[in-house]
Order: sequence, then structure tokens, then C-alpha cells
Amino acid sequence: MSHNLESAANPEALRRVVIEPVTRVEGHGKVTILLDEQNRVHQVRLHIVEFRGFEKFIQGRPYWEVPVLVQRLCGICPVSHHLAAAKAVDMLVGARTLTPPAEKLRRLLHFGQMLQSHALHFFHLASPDLLFGFDSEVERRNIIGVIASHPELALQGVKLRKYGQEVIRHITGKRVHGTAALPGGMNKALKASERDELRGGIAQVVAWSQAAVKLSRDFFTSSEYSAEFGTFPSNHLGLVGAGGDLELYDGGLRALDPGGATIFDHVDYTHYNRYIREEVKSWSYMKFPFIIGKGAEEGWYRVGPLARLNICDRVSTPLAEAERQAFRAAAGGGLQHATLAYHWARMIEMLHAAEAIEQLLEDPDLLGTDLVTRGARALEGVGVVEAPRGTLFHHYKINENDVVEKANLIVSTTNNNQAMNEAVRQVASRYLDGRKLTEGLLNHIEVAIRAYDPCLSCATHALGRMPLEVSLLAVDGEPLDRLVRSAEGQLSRPTL
Amino acid sequence: MSPDSNRTFFLDGQEIPFREGQSVFDAAMSAGVFIPHLCHNPDYEPHSSCRLCTVIVNGRPFASCTQPAVAGQMVQSDTAELRAMRRTLTQMLFVEGNHYCPSCEKSGSCKLQATAYHLGLQDNHYPQFFPRREMDASHADIILDRDRCILCGLCVRISRDVDRKNVFAMTGRGIHTVIVVDSASGLLKDSRVTVEDEAVQHCPVGAILVKGKAFEVPIGERIYDKEPIAVASVRRFQAREALTHG
Repeated sequence: MSHNLESAANPEALRRVVIEPVTRVEGHGKVTILLDEQNRVHQVRLHIVEFRGFEKFIQGRPYWEVPVLVQRLCGICPVSHHLAAAKAVDMLVGARTLTPPAEKLRRLLHFGQMLQSHALHFFHLASPDLLFGFDSEVERRNIIGVIASHPELALQGVKLRKYGQEVIRHITGKRVHGTAALPGGMNKALKASERDELRGGIAQVVAWSQAAVKLSRDFFTSSEYSAEFGTFPSNHLGLVGAGGDLELYDGGLRALDPGGATIFDHVDYTHYNRYIREEVKSWSYMKFPFIIGKGAEEGWYRVGPLARLNICDRVSTPLAEAERQAFRAAAGGGLQHATLAYHWARMIEMLHAAEAIEQLLEDPDLLGTDLVTRGARALEGVGVVEAPRGTLFHHYKINENDVVEKANLIVSTTNNNQAMNEAVRQVASRYLDGRKLTEGLLNHIEVAIRAYDPCLSCATHALGRMPLEVSLLAVDGEPLDRLVRSAEGQLSRPTL
Repeated sequence: MSPDSNRTFFLDGQEIPFREGQSVFDAAMSAGVFIPHLCHNPDYEPHSSCRLCTVIVNGRPFASCTQPAVAGQMVQSDTAELRAMRRTLTQMLFVEGNHYCPSCEKSGSCKLQATAYHLGLQDNHYPQFFPRREMDASHADIILDRDRCILCGLCVRISRDVDRKNVFAMTGRGIHTVIVVDSASGLLKDSRVTVEDEAVQHCPVGAILVKGKAFEVPIGERIYDKEPIAVASVRRFQAREALTHG
């Protein structure tokens, strides 16, 4: 734990290094580091500097708009918001259990989303660090560099993402921000021609996903960084199926402590607020959730691919299950706590998504036309899914006129807020402390954040070189040095 | 259609036949020439309030939906000046209301949105007004979302002339004009409106909607997904003409 680096005792006497924006993540954030004259790290914070306000401005809107409205939270994982909201809205119309075709369509949609999002992150955002090194030449540490040096790999990443987007398009009508889920079901059956088109490409997608798992596994098992880079004990939380399977669309909540002991299991997610609470800190727009029973200090947890593979007992598809076993074995029988293991876990999930799509495309229910069901109306609904970045909670209360009165969203990245802060503090302590700062060293901080694939919201999409300004101030605040890197990658040292 | 062969006028140089009593708008649409419009629904009496269908007749501007066709007159519609005027009017409608197409259930079947596409709107141009307007969701089956209202008056006219209920009216002046409901509480639930009323069925935007239908029509199958408004409107108009005039 590194809480001692959250707030320095004497910030005014320290110099401040800012990484803004954090690049190759979805959304807009910054990191501030406070150092003393010997470059010792005294404070590290990941700040989320955007304010979105969705919880407020969906108030007053009719509930059936919500799944379509809230997906605009994100351009990468809109399907996750669409489905989490849809599940909550299902409860409002008394349809927590859908017809088999509707549920399977939603699952297919969700797997398509998982596939494209994980491919985007691994190939486009993370691979430059993993392939070239965290402090490699900045000129090629980006997707363009990957295309130049590993064209086949880059193309696989593009095509994997494209396949996932095509799954989404066939179901929602658009690759991004379509419509699909209705209260209690879906609005369109899958046509046989659409299913057959998807069948045509899935074998290759599975094969590429297997190769991606191998690449991420080889990186993790051979990298000097894996053991120490952002490795710290934490609780882990996510959904699991009734049999303890990896479950992405609908299951019960399970939380394990750092030693792997169960904190709670198979909790009905509609009761999430009996188990999870959010803390607010003055320096970030992102809240800090924690498990109530363990308190804010000890109860924070990790979600997402690493957590999901830690908490589940098995994966339902054979290739991904074999990889999960290798993944767990590498942790020596306990939970895997390494931040860099997120990449490996993410690729195992991508393989699972590919296999699950392959299975679903053979399911005769998928073409069914019985798509909507209804039951007794309710005034409150909760929907939870495992989004690519972790557990996603949507909670709505409506009035008797069908209008939303209250909304609470705990998005995946919010669940990882404390963990990302822990990761950057640990990395700053381990790799920056007492050393002269370089761009490569600062990138270590970003590598730790990127491993979580945070979606700091979709207001900006920073891809490629990182505009960066580092100022060196004396203890009395007098500027001593300033280094600026432009968005084009040009370094300059402006006259003070 | 069998117009008198002596009854023709010229629209952008094209000879357009018309029947006695037909408007410029109706004659143009019958001949397959689209004139952008918002407040006019050819199934009901014209209103000429939105002015989007303005054409130049013998050098003077008229609303084509109420302007009678006259033999030999020279009419201009598809000119740079009129296209710019229509774009401006449409932009003003967007900024004077709260039109959030991305989450609107009318999206894809909305006449305002489709007209904006037809006119090539790239942005709203003018500063957004963000007016505060009340939504009335009190009725069990119907919702009145004033944010989306473009004050075309169609619901007012249909409720008065067809449904014979006078449920809707406009109140206020200028930019403060809003739709109001005829009931003691001012709410739909206390009015005589029912889901079967024609006034409820024909709102060109998403201001009056039947509950429980949102997003039922998938993307790709909505009205203007299949064909642009210029094609859809003309085709619908000509089908109506064929039905009523043979």
C-alpha cells in the first residue's frame, strides 16, 4: 500500500511535475508528482479532469431513452453502458429474465464489444510500450511505429477490432452508438445472412486471438518489469456465473481479499449499494469506491480483466480456460497482483470472447424473433455488466410518470481509481525516486495507467505522441528548468 | 392526375402542370419536385408558418403551400438564395429548442432532422438558446416533450379540425411561444386527449409521442434511413394523389 504518497505534508515546498494529458488512454487525465530537491517522490496523484454530469442530466428524461442516451458516455464501450442501462430498465418493466433470443443477442453484442475494445487497447494503445520498451525512442513508440516495424501484427489488431465492430453493427445498426436493447428485450432479430457473414470470419479471429494471448504471455513471463512494476496486493471484484465461471453479462458479485479469501460471493447485484460505497476526494472528479465491510482504507479493489481472471473458478470456453490455468499458475497459486498482468488477462478474455461468439453463432436461438417480454412494473432498476474495463453499475429510480428522478453510475474505471493511483505511486517510488526525470521515466507512469485501460471518458481521444510540459521549480518556487514536448513530438527548452 | 393541359407554370424552368385550386407546393410535389417544408402535412390544411417552403413567384416570396398555382407564372425554388434561407430557418429552429438527436427516439424518422440533412446543415451556426421547457409525461400513453417542439401547429390544427377536441394550443409570444394543453391542470392526463387522436400521430418531430414505442424500429428501417426526405415525401405525396385523384 502506498497511501503515504497521496498527500505530501509540505506540498508548497516541493516541485511539481505534471503529465498532462495522459496519452494512449480513453479520456482525459493528468498525473502530478511532487518531488523534493533530491528528486525524492512525496506525492503522486492521478487526476481525472473532466466533468461529464450524465447522472444529472438524465434526470427528467423518460426511462426508455436512458440506454440510448447513456451510451454516449463513451465511444469505445458504448455497448456496455447500453446494456447495463438496458438491464436496469428491464427491471422497470418487470422483465429481468429475457426471452432466449433476446438474451443471446445481447450476449453476442457484448462479446463483440469485448473483442473490439480489448483489441483496440492491446494493439493500438499498449503494444508500443510492450514491443519497443517503456523508455524506447519516443518517435516510434506509437501505433505508427508498430505499423512500421510489425505490419502483420498491426493489421491483425485492426482486423480483430473490425470484426468486433461488425458484430455490433449487425445487431445495433451502427458500429458506434446504435440502438438495440428495448425495455424487456431487443428491437431486431439477427438475419441468417448476417449470422453467416459473421461465421465466415470467426475462425481467423479465434486464431489471431490465440496469437495475441501468446504475445502477451511471452511479454509478461519474460519481462524484467512484471514482478515489481505496479505490483501490490489488493482486493478483486467482479461478476461470476452461478458455477463460478467467468461471466461478463449477468451474474452475481464476488469479491476476494488480497490473499484470495472470499469477502462476499454470488451477491445479487441489485443490492450492490449494501456492499459498495463511494468516497469523494477534493482533487479528482472521479470517486473512490470501496467495499463497505472493509472500510475506505482497506476496502478499495481492482476490477477488469485481471480481477475477473483472479476471481473466477473457470472459463466456459476451452482455449481461454487453458490459458486461464497458465495465467493462474504463473501467480504461484495465489491471486495475480501484477499490474502488467492486465494485458495478459485482457488477451485471454479476448480469446474467450472470440470463442463465445463462435459458439453463439451456432445457436439456433440466435435467429429467434420472440424478442420482448414484460412483467410487473417497478420504480427502481439496477443493471450491472462486466464492461471491458471492469464492473459497471447503472442504477435508476423513476416516478409514476416514467421519468428518471435519480441515477447512480459507477463506471468501470471508477472502480479502479484507487488501484491506478496505487500503481502510479508504486511505479514512481520504484523507478523515479531520486533520479533525474526523463521522458522515458515519465512514460513508466503512463504505462502503469495504461495497463488498466482506463476510460477517463470519451471527451478526448489522445492517440500517439504525448504533448508534455515538465517544469523544474526550486524550493522557493523559482523556475529552474522547463522542458516542453509538442504534440508533434518536438522537444524544446523555452528560455526562462 | 389529369390536369388541364393549359394549366402549367414554370418551376426553376421546368413546366409543371396543375389542377384548378392546387397550390404551387402540391403541383410541384405531384410533378415529382420536392420543396422543403416542416409545418405542412399534405393530409391537412396548410398553415404557411414555418416559411421553409418559400418560393419566389414572379419576383416575390410566397409560401408555396398556400400560394395558388397560376398558369404561366414563373416560380423559383432551388436557388442559392432560397437554399440559404431555408438553412438559416432550420438552424434557428435547432437553436431555439433543445434537439438532442443522439438520444431522441424520433431520430431517423424526424422531419426536422431529415430536412437538416437535405439542406446540408453542418452546424447550428447560431448560439444555442437552451430554453427551459416543461415535459409533460403525466398521461399514461402519451408524452409531450416541449424541448423538441418546432411550433408547426400541426397538433393544434388536427386536434381542432379533425379530432374536434382542441386539446392543444399555443400561448406566449415570439420566442416564448409554447404548446399548452386544454385541461384544468394544464396536464395531458387531465385533458381529453387519447392515444387514438390523430393529433398524437402526426407530430413531425418528437414533441408528441406515444409511450412504449421508443426505438422499436431498428436503425436501417426508420423512415429516412431508407430514403432521403426529398424522395420519401414526393413518393408519399404521389401515392396519396393517385389514391384521391386516380
